[in-house]
Amino acid sequence: MAHEQHNYLNHQKGIWSWLTTLDHKRIGIMYFVAIMSFFFLGGVFALLVRAELFTPGKTLFSADVYNRMMTYHGAIMVFMVIVPGIPAIFGNFVLPIMIGAKDVAFPRLNLMSWYMLMIGAAITGSTLFLENVDTGWTFYTPYSSIKTGMGVIPMVLGVFIIGFSSILTGLNFIVTTHKLRAPGMTMNRIPLMVWALYSTAILQVLATPVLAITLLLLIAEKTLGVGIFDPQLGGDPVLFQHFFWFYSHPAVYIMILPAMGVISELVATYSRKIIFGYTAIAYSSLAIAGVSFLVWGHHMFVSGQSEFAGVLFSFITMLVGVPTAIKLFNWIATMYKGSIRLDAPMLFAIGFMFLFTIGGLTGVYLASTGMDIHFHDTYFVVAHFHYVMVGGTLMALMGALIYWFPKVTGKIYSDLLGRISWVFIFSGFNVTFFPQFILGNMGMPRRYYDYLPTFTELNQMSTFGSWLIGTGFLVGLFGVFYALLKGKEAGNNPFGGKTLEWTIPSPPPHENFEKTPVLTGGPYEYR
Amino acid sequence: MSTANHTGGFHHAHHFDSAEHQYESSKQGIWLFLVTEILMFGGLFVGYSIYHSLYPQVFHAGSKQLSVVLGALNTVVLLFSSFTMALGINYVQRGLKNKAIIALAVTIACAAIFMVVKFFEYTHKFHVGTVPGKYAYTEELSASGEKVTKVGALLAEANKLSVAEREHKLHLDETEYEHLTLLERTKNWPLFFGFYFVMSGIHGLHVLAGAFLIFWVLLKVIKNQVGPEYYTPVEGVGLFWHVVDLIWIYLFPLLYLVG
Ligand code: HEM
Ligand SMILES: [Cu+2]
Repeated sequence: MAHEQHNYLNHQKGIWSWLTTLDHKRIGIMYFVAIMSFFFLGGVFALLVRAELFTPGKTLFSADVYNRMMTYHGAIMVFMVIVPGIPAIFGNFVLPIMIGAKDVAFPRLNLMSWYMLMIGAAITGSTLFLENVDTGWTFYTPYSSIKTGMGVIPMVLGVFIIGFSSILTGLNFIVTTHKLRAPGMTMNRIPLMVWALYSTAILQVLATPVLAITLLLLIAEKTLGVGIFDPQLGGDPVLFQHFFWFYSHPAVYIMILPAMGVISELVATYSRKIIFGYTAIAYSSLAIAGVSFLVWGHHMFVSGQSEFAGVLFSFITMLVGVPTAIKLFNWIATMYKGSIRLDAPMLFAIGFMFLFTIGGLTGVYLASTGMDIHFHDTYFVVAHFHYVMVGGTLMALMGALIYWFPKVTGKIYSDLLGRISWVFIFSGFNVTFFPQFILGNMGMPRRYYDYLPTFTELNQMSTFGSWLIGTGFLVGLFGVFYALLKGKEAGNNPFGGKTLEWTIPSPPPHENFEKTPVLTGGPYEYR
Repeated sequence: MSTANHTGGFHHAHHFDSAEHQYESSKQGIWLFLVTEILMFGGLFVGYSIYHSLYPQVFHAGSKQLSVVLGALNTVVLLFSSFTMALGINYVQRGLKNKAIIALAVTIACAAIFMVVKFFEYTHKFHVGTVPGKYAYTEELSASGEKVTKVGALLAEANKLSVAEREHKLHLDETEYEHLTLLERTKNWPLFFGFYFVMSGIHGLHVLAGAFLIFWVLLKVIKNQVGPEYYTPVEGVGLFWHVVDLIWIYLFPLLYLVG
């Protein structure tokens, strides 16, 4: 190009301009860097945990070290990777552009959210060096409050601050979606990604405060012994579980709804067809968000809650399947007779549908009280939630990365590398986690350091699979650097997307739009 | 930094159409934040009501240990401060700078009074041995040289007292005292105070945060950074302060008046 284009990347220079930026696009990139580092750390822990399980008994390290690594793996992945992941990275980048806004409603707050994530992560991470925590990511009382060491306090405090960050991001997105839509962009014309992020934001704002108070109570319990969760003092440890899951079940949808938003975008773009059932997909996000508040008890079928509660929670839990299935069928209907292009992002989208369906169906097993007693706290559960969270969210994250990469950087992500990465992740994933369904059914308990010799082969298969996944992500990471250095110029709209972000230059200018767009139709008008 | 546009001398950020647009967005953001505050306390209220229904006598007896007079005093102080805060906002909106400064300063003073009263309540509680759970069970030497827990000492004292003294010192009449089974008296006694300290403690932190925020907008008023055209921060802080008051209005009867 003859003259250098003026865009958000060269608008200001220097590391300081990044650390103080109020530009939602730059903040999105900062989230990307931060969260991918956490992901790397959590991934190393996963590989180590799996390596330890390669043989029964001691393979590499002691049971104590195993418990700690498992705890950090779970806590990092949940609180620092999957929950903030898609909303903080891609939501920040595309949400304002998709609705025709120049920024999010509160840019300063947005930057502050990033810093809170960093501070929270630092405090949580410090326990790795101060006093390792071995409670598992759920911090169940009374183990966390009475038995184990004081490291729980900074760990939980860090998670509390991360939760704050999540609340503030959600709040920002809600107000942005309400107040900053371009003229003509009615709520029924916003892209499905925005609907998904909006529903997620509602969950973040409504559920996270309960986690906050739960964690504060845990800290109070540990420092002052206030007795609320301590049976010795008249309290009840199960109350902790109620509080915890009142947040953490909706949190499962904080993790998965944004992913569904990504899938909607990918399916529409790569099928080149008007999305089937826009309204149904949009409102099913809200429905999922709503129902998700009423189902926490399915984590507690064996906690001694009343039979009636069990039946009720079981029933409501299965209800979540309805809006979820609506989405799935609408995506499939969109693909039907579309001119599907199997580019890497679309492969990830299909991977998502496949894995998420398995995760979802096994969820129905677990939602049946009788079955749950058989599967409770076995590897079946581990397989189930990895299918949902990893198979679902991470697939979408990779798809989103490759899909929006050209918009973010102006360079095309190599489709070949994307596909290679997909092959490794997708196959490795099934090799890792499918055997765990069988292991669970055979009775191998989760969170155990040791197992019966009969489980050895399946465990080895699973560990082998984890190496494939690891390779897949390394290829994906390599793809990022390769594209940055060698990628082709992207142009405004390399994939023929119809939403607003594809109408502006890549990378976008500092203020997103030269002049505010005016909308006259819906987001996916292919044909 | 974001470029700023000018309307009537006051700025609005580049991504808003107008000052009005920015004001409405900010207000929505503040309301959403307040919802999260209420939800957070909601968790505590839920816990409180569960245990209250499990151990009504314990909670009843516990609440009798609190000074209704001091609690009521603080309620009045906070209600009054809500009023002065509202006045402060009003004065800022009307451009009455000096009056606004006075109103906001009085609000901060009320917050300070509240905290001082809380300080005396807390220290008195520690003094007589009503402390949060774990410490109620830490052993120490009694006057006669034997090892007792804080709760144990408290109950031993109660047992020694005559009915009249008990009523005077522990605010428990005879039937109420009998109602506390031995188990409840020794075991669950501190639970009420667990809630008391956590709920009033977290609320107290909010009062401090509120006072700090009011001080912040007070400085803005002094420096003429807010006025009739732009008063979003003042109003936002005011809303926060009202919610802090509101929560106390619920805490007061729950903690001090139950039974
Ligand atoms: C290479 C991929 C991964 C492998 C091989 C792996 C493996 C494992 C293993 C072996 C456990 C211990 C299970 C138990 O004993 O109950 C575990 C737990 C867990 N994993 Fe992963 N994992 C992987 C990726 C992820 C990702 C990306 C997430 C993010 C959502 C995640 C979330 C969790 C959680 C929440 C736990 C529970 C921890 C706890 O119970 O405290 N995992 N994982
Ligand atoms: Cu759940």
